[in-house]
Amino acid sequence: MKNRFVSLWFRHLTTDRLTLRRPELQQLPFVLAAPVRGRMGITAANPLAEARGITAGTTVVDAKAIVPDLQVIDDIPGQRAKLLKALGEWCIRYSPLIAVDLPDGLILDVSGCAHLWGGERDYLKEIVTRLRSKGYDVRGAIADTVGTAWAVARFGRVKSIIGPGEQADALLSLPPVALRLETVTLERLQKLGFYSIRSFIGVRRSVLRRRFGQDFLLRLDQALGNEDEPLQLLHPVEPYHERLPCLEPIRTAAGIEIAIKALLEKLCKRLQGEGKGLRTAILRGYRIDGQMIQTDIGTNRASCHPDHLFKLFELKIPLLEPDLGIELFTLEAPKVEDVSPEQEAFWSPEGCGLTDVRLAQLLDKLANKVGAGNIHRYLPQERYWPEQSLKPAISLQDKPSASWRTGRPRPSLLLSKPERIEVTSLIPDYPPMLFIYKDQVHHIKKADGPERIEREWWLDEGPHRDYYQVEDQAGRRYWLFRSGHYSEEKSQWYIHGFFA
Amino acid sequence: MEQLKRDIISRLQKDILLRQGFNPPAAGVASVVGLGAVEAAFPNAVFPVGAIHEFLTSSREQAAASVGFMAGLISGLAKKGGACLWISVSGKLFPPSLTAFDVEPDQVIFIDVEREKDVLWAMEEALKCEGLAAVIAEVKNINFAQSRRLQLAVESSKVTGFLLRNDPRRLGTTTCVARWQITPMPSEPEDELPGVGFPRWQVDLLRVRNGSPGSWKLEWMEGRFVPVEEKMKLMGLPERQIA
Repeated sequence: MKNRFVSLWFRHLTTDRLTLRRPELQQLPFVLAAPVRGRMGITAANPLAEARGITAGTTVVDAKAIVPDLQVIDDIPGQRAKLLKALGEWCIRYSPLIAVDLPDGLILDVSGCAHLWGGERDYLKEIVTRLRSKGYDVRGAIADTVGTAWAVARFGRVKSIIGPGEQADALLSLPPVALRLETVTLERLQKLGFYSIRSFIGVRRSVLRRRFGQDFLLRLDQALGNEDEPLQLLHPVEPYHERLPCLEPIRTAAGIEIAIKALLEKLCKRLQGEGKGLRTAILRGYRIDGQMIQTDIGTNRASCHPDHLFKLFELKIPLLEPDLGIELFTLEAPKVEDVSPEQEAFWSPEGCGLTDVRLAQLLDKLANKVGAGNIHRYLPQERYWPEQSLKPAISLQDKPSASWRTGRPRPSLLLSKPERIEVTSLIPDYPPMLFIYKDQVHHIKKADGPERIEREWWLDEGPHRDYYQVEDQAGRRYWLFRSGHYSEEKSQWYIHGFFA
Repeated sequence: MEQLKRDIISRLQKDILLRQGFNPPAAGVASVVGLGAVEAAFPNAVFPVGAIHEFLTSSREQAAASVGFMAGLISGLAKKGGACLWISVSGKLFPPSLTAFDVEPDQVIFIDVEREKDVLWAMEEALKCEGLAAVIAEVKNINFAQSRRLQLAVESSKVTGFLLRNDPRRLGTTTCVARWQITPMPSEPEDELPGVGFPRWQVDLLRVRNGSPGSWKLEWMEGRFVPVEEKMKLMGLPERQIA
């Protein structure tokens, strides 16, 4: 699923807040001021003051000259961050992933949230009207990237919802300042006559990098979605991580077992509560000599059974070297997936199919010993070349997309590489009379064929194969083929398999 | 007096069978594998599931025949919808061939281990998993203690295990319920058509626990085992009567 972000812009954050607390200020032009380089500088102005030409950044003295009845109120440092945090907490109702965007905004990761409010339009409208009814002058936008949402919330004039993948179009007409660039870069752009993003978006990257630096390109990429932008979330997603400090260093296998059990118990309890199961887990042991030892397990399907997971770790315990002793154990589950709720208590004793939990648990155990790469399940592949007529299945749940081909005989055992045989064949396109394989002469009594299998010429070149199913005097059945067309001297024959 | 003695002996024999884990089949239950006359060699005249069978193969041709015969047995065992595990060191089996024996190749999970030692470990673990249709392992050799472990595993889980022993020079005693040897035989062309007929094997039951060993000729035809003699009889009759 594509990520979607909402950027909220509080145009008069601190002054709105003050107006809410002191309603008498509503009809008056007022500013907030804080000492800047030995003078009182304006940090925020309310809409009335702004209407009369006072903007943040001017000094109080200049502003008083323009508006003599201007109210000046001391700004409290740190107020903005506190206020935004409180607003962010309130916005948790709309999305669990919220980041404060200083000095005057919030970012909401709303991927998969909007449909709960009946679409993105209603969703954004709901957020903005609720905040406005509380008295905050707010603008919002939705886009695929934080950068675009930020830019459109502040500078967009046409629409506030940017559809998936439409970042570039939305940005074209906006000024460069919408890209959250540094002042120096903005000045340079201004000087060179780049008044809108449209004018430089097509310029070669190397040129842009030389003139404006790597940061400029990073911001551009973040807005376009070519680069990820990490958010500092108000409520970060807690990693699945458990610690177990030990009073005495652990040196024995029995001690490690107890530690693993305790950690799994805690972790699985949390996973069960959240309806999740782990796919991989890493156990780390911090030894008193400062070394760290670790081992990991993997499961074929998400599991939150402490007993099953312990069995997987049990096989790894002999590999851990406690040396002088382990004083701290940590257990981490980097890969966690939803588990489908099942009535696992009511296993049927009959028929353990591919979807059965017991089979998945067995395969976990085997995979941890022999390696997951050595466990295969095969599905048919729509290709005729025998070696390529099957492909490994990705998961146990994979269903074959086509049915297995049954029309032609296929040997029970297939040699991974066909082996050369000596033959005596008299008639072209007939099976040979006899062949010699491993110094043994086989007189062919019965034969089926030929079945011609062509190479996939678009993949590799070479001669086709003419396959024969043959039976010798003792009733042993083989799969032979001649490589290429018949010719008296150059025909090469191979054995490729053994029939039941 | 004689009659009484015979009764006592037969009752004691039944007791022994029970204690050895051979439960008499429930009335009206058809055989799972459909081996026909061969099953009479087994105790209670039924093919023992939930046990270990070993197959001796000395050549690749025999191995191929054993694989075919086993696949025929598995098709019966897998009807309940269980998965199969095939454990080997060097996987030579060609999965599409299983379709000829009514086994869905995608129901079989292949485990290629690196060391011979791990085959038996993996097989033991797999045999403990209830509900699997069958577990097949290709091993060179197995000693009595190892086979005993496998036997203990199947006794509780009732999974059927097949051992494919491809180095039968050292044949010791094992706890396996049966020891088979499958040798390919010349096939009989159908209706005088040229070409290779249905797979036909010489099935030797070398050793059966509490049963009587024997030798049969079987053919795999249209999804079932057919004794060759029976087929000969069929062939001998006029064509209309067969239809």
